[in-house]
Amino acid sequence: MTAPAHASAFAAAAGTGGILLWVVLPYVALAVFVLGHIWRYRYDKFGWTTRSSQLYENRLLRIGSPLFHFGILVVLLGHIGGLVIPKSWTDAVGISEHTYHIGAVVLGTIAGVATLGGLAILIYRRRTVGPVFSATTRNDKAMYLSLTVTIALGLAATVAANAVGGGYDYRETVSPWFRSIFYVQPDPDLMAGAPILFQLHTISALLLFAAWPFTRLVHMLTAPVGYLTRPYIVYRSRDTRLGARPPRRGWERAGS
Amino acid sequence: MRVMAQMAMVMNLDKCIGCHTCSVTCKQAWTNRTGVEYVWFNNVETRPGQGYPRRYEDQDTWKGGWKLNKRGRPALKAGGRFKKLITIFSNPVLPSLDDYYEPWTYDYATLTNAPLQERTPVARPKSLITGKDMKISWSANWDDDLGGSAATSEQDVLLSEVSQKITFEFEQTFMFYLPRICEHCLNPSCAASCPSGAIYKRTEDGIVLVDQDRCRGWRMCVTGCPYKKVYFNHRTGKAEKCTFCFPRVEVGLPTVCSETCVGRLRYLGLVLYDADQVLEAASTPDEKGLYEAQRQVFLDPSDQAVVREAERAGIPRDWIEAARRSPIHALINTYKVALPLHPEYRTLPMVWYIPPLSPVVDAVRDTGHDAEDHRNLFAAVDALRIPVDYLAQLFTAGDPAPVDTALRRLGAMRAYMRDINLGREPDASIPEAVGMGEEEMYDMYRLLALAKYEDRYVIPPAHAEQAHRLEELATECSLDYEGGPGMGGSGPFGETSGGAAPIAVENFHALRDRQTANTPAAPTDKATRVNLLNWDGKGSPPGLFPDRPTDGSSDADRDSDGEVEPKP
Repeated sequence: MTAPAHASAFAAAAGTGGILLWVVLPYVALAVFVLGHIWRYRYDKFGWTTRSSQLYENRLLRIGSPLFHFGILVVLLGHIGGLVIPKSWTDAVGISEHTYHIGAVVLGTIAGVATLGGLAILIYRRRTVGPVFSATTRNDKAMYLSLTVTIALGLAATVAANAVGGGYDYRETVSPWFRSIFYVQPDPDLMAGAPILFQLHTISALLLFAAWPFTRLVHMLTAPVGYLTRPYIVYRSRDTRLGARPPRRGWERAGS
Repeated sequence: MRVMAQMAMVMNLDKCIGCHTCSVTCKQAWTNRTGVEYVWFNNVETRPGQGYPRRYEDQDTWKGGWKLNKRGRPALKAGGRFKKLITIFSNPVLPSLDDYYEPWTYDYATLTNAPLQERTPVARPKSLITGKDMKISWSANWDDDLGGSAATSEQDVLLSEVSQKITFEFEQTFMFYLPRICEHCLNPSCAASCPSGAIYKRTEDGIVLVDQDRCRGWRMCVTGCPYKKVYFNHRTGKAEKCTFCFPRVEVGLPTVCSETCVGRLRYLGLVLYDADQVLEAASTPDEKGLYEAQRQVFLDPSDQAVVREAERAGIPRDWIEAARRSPIHALINTYKVALPLHPEYRTLPMVWYIPPLSPVVDAVRDTGHDAEDHRNLFAAVDALRIPVDYLAQLFTAGDPAPVDTALRRLGAMRAYMRDINLGREPDASIPEAVGMGEEEMYDMYRLLALAKYEDRYVIPPAHAEQAHRLEELATECSLDYEGGPGMGGSGPFGETSGGAAPIAVENFHALRDRQTANTPAAPTDKATRVNLLNWDGKGSPPGLFPDRPTDGSSDADRDSDGEVEPKP
């Protein structure tokens, strides 16, 4: 009897819409993200590439691409710091809310502006440079839209919260909700009270994650960090994998 | 000692007539797809000249290959691992398409679709990059045959090294052709530059390949290769390079460029080398010592100790036998007439060249002296510093001695064999003057001048127990791969997605698509296309001729055969 009672109380507090947005959607997005990548890796390794357009145009790319990529890496680190690390931990090591907040806003704004500026340069380049534009698929356009909306909303949420009031302490609401997803004890009430820009940023990010495995963004998951440790020259045997596919069942090489 | 086998090539430059058959057949076999229009796995350069891509040998600009660091160890010239990852979002030294050329096709459809008009319709060049009309201003062979002329000599990287004050007098000009493929280096800097580890050297035969499933398009290999023989496919976003025609070599066939070479100047065979000595050879302090250092890495397949070690390393018996008969081993180590291309890049290249004697012979002949006489030839090798120094820049990092030796041997062979061919008593002093025996000289003549097919190509096939997995042997259904028959078109994520098709199938479809397409890249006008391949010769295929006008007035212009009088 306790389980249904709990569930109904749950629904009463957050509302059905809240459950759909802050419980169902995150799990669906997460599942699509993980399974989608596994599926793509298995069936489309050949399409797993950055699809670089540097050969077509270098002048704008040279500025825009590092600006965007380094910016988004800092943004990623910021999100890890804000979402994954609980407030109690930073309190425990003596970082006050004020210090954290100043650091997050300054770093986040700089990184956000760099990311958005880089993205603007890249989108401008993509639209105006003929060869780059003709190499742009519909998939790319949808991805750019989703990415831009997410980043713009994220930056807007930070800027708006700090411009209007003294900032919004998302570490009391958004962050515990984010962690609750991974504890498999999702608490939609925490998100329901967050400002609308934070909610919109979260929803657009979840949609972006669901689309992620099916776009060129997959190149992020194969960031070549292994290069730092592997030997320079790779030797491989012909036998391990010859041709475009592994041998069929029953045709494996004898003795291997 | 760690014995490894390497498939290698030697090209005899004296025989190259610059016909570009190798380039064309290679292109037809490997790079006739969209995205690689500008890619020439094999190209033939006129020397002196700029090469392809333009001025690729200028490593101060392009930062290819290795250099020695402060500790005397080879380090990538474009920067090590950390620098590569920092600059991964925008490679600072990637050649642009301008350094290659903008590929184009012609709008052939207008030739048949154009309405009746005063002037003959022309097929205009269309860029394969933008799809728009373009003005052709450069291509892979734009400076073909312009060797040593004022138009290109100033652009030649090596000539500026030879002398600061060369004024190219007409009498001093010389020219030869340099066919180039991937060097399949023992110390490949492209593989070392690849952040993903997608470029690998095969342990069996040393062929350097790009794993298309692991390449993520970071473009560092293009910078890393000092020969600029790794290309970026701008449609698939993957690196592509010469494969040494591995599907052919595996079944004992020569590469396409070798097989179709009209001058029969290419030699293919195995070289056994000691993998433990590669790093040491690449670290040779003096650049001029690199040629000799690389020769020391090669092992003598007749040496019993080497054979024992090779067997321990798992090299099959027939491969060791093939290494013994290898023309490459003979030309490099026995006759010492083959030299590596740009050893100063420290990659230990494995496509070697027999330097051309023709600039020397031509110079002697022009003076009216006997160009077959070894004394004249020897004197000319000593006197003609510009060609010899130029060849030394190309093959020995500037040391003229090995070039001298090779040219003298070629000259001596010429003089010695003339006596035999004219029925005169052979002069044993000629081979002796270049440190060879008569028998040895005759063997070299057989290999270089007669160049029988079975002597030129000694390719041990991969082993029969692996045969059904070899790409080009159709013991499994060649259409039986993921996605099934009917490759072509786009996968769900754009041009490149979906599994890779087997090479044979891909070429078949690509060729068919090319042959039946009227427009560059992606045909959008299928409805108006004329397909002559499906035409049985009866009547006329739809769309070939404009529709006949049906009104009566135009019938007056037409004679009984239906031909139309051209309008003035």
